[in-house]
Amino acid sequence: MSFDLETAKLSDKLRRVAIEPVSRVEGHGKVTILLDDDDKVHQVRLHIVEFRGFEKFIQGRPYWEVPVMVQRLCGICPVSHHLAASKALDIIVGATQLTPTAEKVRRLMHYGQILQSHALHFFHLSSPDLLFGFESEVGKRNIVGVAAAYPDIAKKGVLLRKFGQEVIRITAGKRVHGTGSIPGGVNKSLSREDRDFLLKDAYQMVSWSREAVHLIKQLHQQNPALYDIFGSFRSNMMSIVAPDGGLDFYHGALRARDADGKIMFDQVDYQGYAQLLSEGVKPWSYMKFPFITALGEENGWYKVGPLARVQNCNHIPTPLADAERNELVAYGKGAPLHATLAYHWARMIEMLFAAETIKDLLHDEDLMGDDLVVSGEHQREGVGVIEAPRGTLIHHYRVGDDDLVTMANLIVSTTHNNQAMNTAVREVAKRYLDGKKLTEGLLNHIEVAIRAFDPCLSCATHALGKMPLEVTLQDADGNLLDRLAKVSHGDD
Amino acid sequence: MSLVDNSTSISFLIDGEEIPFVKGQSILQAALAAGKYIPHLCYHPEFKPNGSCKLCTVKINGRPGASCITQAEAGLSVESDTPEINDKRRTLLQMLLVEGNHFCPSCEKSGNCMLQALAYDLGVMSPHFPQIFPVRLVDASHSDILLDFNRCILCEICVRASDEVDHKNVFAFSGRGITKHLIVNAESGRLADTDFLATDKAAQVCPVGVILPKRMGFTIPIGRRKFDERPISEQMEKVADAAGIAIRESSP
Repeated sequence: MSFDLETAKLSDKLRRVAIEPVSRVEGHGKVTILLDDDDKVHQVRLHIVEFRGFEKFIQGRPYWEVPVMVQRLCGICPVSHHLAASKALDIIVGATQLTPTAEKVRRLMHYGQILQSHALHFFHLSSPDLLFGFESEVGKRNIVGVAAAYPDIAKKGVLLRKFGQEVIRITAGKRVHGTGSIPGGVNKSLSREDRDFLLKDAYQMVSWSREAVHLIKQLHQQNPALYDIFGSFRSNMMSIVAPDGGLDFYHGALRARDADGKIMFDQVDYQGYAQLLSEGVKPWSYMKFPFITALGEENGWYKVGPLARVQNCNHIPTPLADAERNELVAYGKGAPLHATLAYHWARMIEMLFAAETIKDLLHDEDLMGDDLVVSGEHQREGVGVIEAPRGTLIHHYRVGDDDLVTMANLIVSTTHNNQAMNTAVREVAKRYLDGKKLTEGLLNHIEVAIRAFDPCLSCATHALGKMPLEVTLQDADGNLLDRLAKVSHGDD
Repeated sequence: MSLVDNSTSISFLIDGEEIPFVKGQSILQAALAAGKYIPHLCYHPEFKPNGSCKLCTVKINGRPGASCITQAEAGLSVESDTPEINDKRRTLLQMLLVEGNHFCPSCEKSGNCMLQALAYDLGVMSPHFPQIFPVRLVDASHSDILLDFNRCILCEICVRASDEVDHKNVFAFSGRGITKHLIVNAESGRLADTDFLATDKAAQVCPVGVILPKRMGFTIPIGRRKFDERPISEQMEKVADAAGIAIRESSP
């Protein structure tokens, strides 16, 4: 099956424009656009070369290595992989209930991760587009430009991220690729000094996160003609939610709503995810296209991540974030928001939720307990699911009698959003590029749509700010008509 | 009152520093006893030295020699911590790193590994040589111990421990030159088919991550591992302890 603008007829008569790689996202990806002689768009595809070798080379390794090994999939949100793998291996080692200290240290680690990743995405990667405009001067459309024009915003963004990284360092041992979570628990708790060190800044982080929500909300409400329409498309939404339907990034059960907000399934134990979800394959992309099996590939695809989560849950368990969520929900006037740029609004609400949760957790004495690990009757199979910054993350392992991994299956957040991102860029191409002469600013509209999802295009490969970008325009005979290039040191 | 009678003490020089020794000590033993660090991998204080890793090579009166198998003698002039010798040691480490499959990022011995600690201490910044990526297996047949042959540096300490202390002769070397590798002395080649026990001396002496207890890993947090705080050359007591069971015992 094929979606609108996914596959053009008579593609050999069309000219091809490639945005390769997409910039200000994590990892490497490209967009190809096929146009006819009248610049009418016939095909748009987001291609992602995601390295999935991990599923293979985890096989044959001892299971206790996996949470540390698999997090190398990513340099931005390794904690998500570290914890999703640990949760799957909790099942394997029979740890059905972690100690309060272990669970809370892991939660703190994860909420620190959400905070730093969301801050990085909003301030460093996306704020240049949102503050300066999609077609603003490209040389200033970056975090350095933001720092020059809005030094206070840039400073808070940098310090919010730094705080999240410090939470990770203290709980995992390192800012990136720590070892804190192990099957059945954690290898360390917090010292009182660690706790006090974080607590002294925690209230400030709540305040700055709230300011960030207000900033994006203001941008959205000031320009609804753009923010409500840009890249908007209707789709299902999926995430895990707490037993009471509240937002929870660390643990819960699967819930999905349709495009009208009606719950399709709820409180489904993720150990059975394989019965619920399938993955489609297309010949032009290395990344699979997950969908809800019962609905089929055409109707069963869905969004994950902030916009899905904030609307999928019933409430947010911290007061400031919940109030902001209520405003977002009210903005939809009874219908779910499907605006791609509303991802930023939802993401900042989540950052506020993370900051409030960190602040609350830091008052919990259990964080400094010394009962760290439990185990029970070993099992041969386990699934761990977590809400990573970019969406639902599934890790599934089988382990043999000799303690070596025999099977690994990972469905990462960006993979869930594959169809959603493709649909978003097609909507943008239709509305903004169709029939127009291409400019860098117009092509940036495509990238703005992709950035809203905060995709991790190739986990573990990061060349932020150094990516070469070349866009070539050829006629139907392959002759070069136009060329835009950004060289590797970041100049235009 | 000093226990050493200075009038009859004998000594030699390492890098101009006077090192006392007792007869029968090797240069390396005397140096370590005096708190003077000489890099080494295959030396273990409880076993007869075999001089195989060559990391402890020094210049003895101008001639290169392995300090673990060269007897200390009065009046020797030994050079150890010199740019020339350390450069050779870096090369040896780089060769060891490419001859095996050493993936420190996911190795649970990271931070407690003598090979890694020496590489950091001597400033090995890259493998330099092309990786060989040998095909080596993991033996998970034993109920309590995992063998990951990918990380073997052929130090022979486990072979000596199993033979000299455990009297089991579980490990041996096979092959020659670049194909030389550690094997298990069983017809099947599997550890499960030997009388090896997790309490054996040989289970506790591996300086890298080959012989490991099963179902536990990464139990020591970053910051509290052996070589997190100070480089290996500044932690003589931990060097003597040679990695292995001491780490496990101190884990939470």
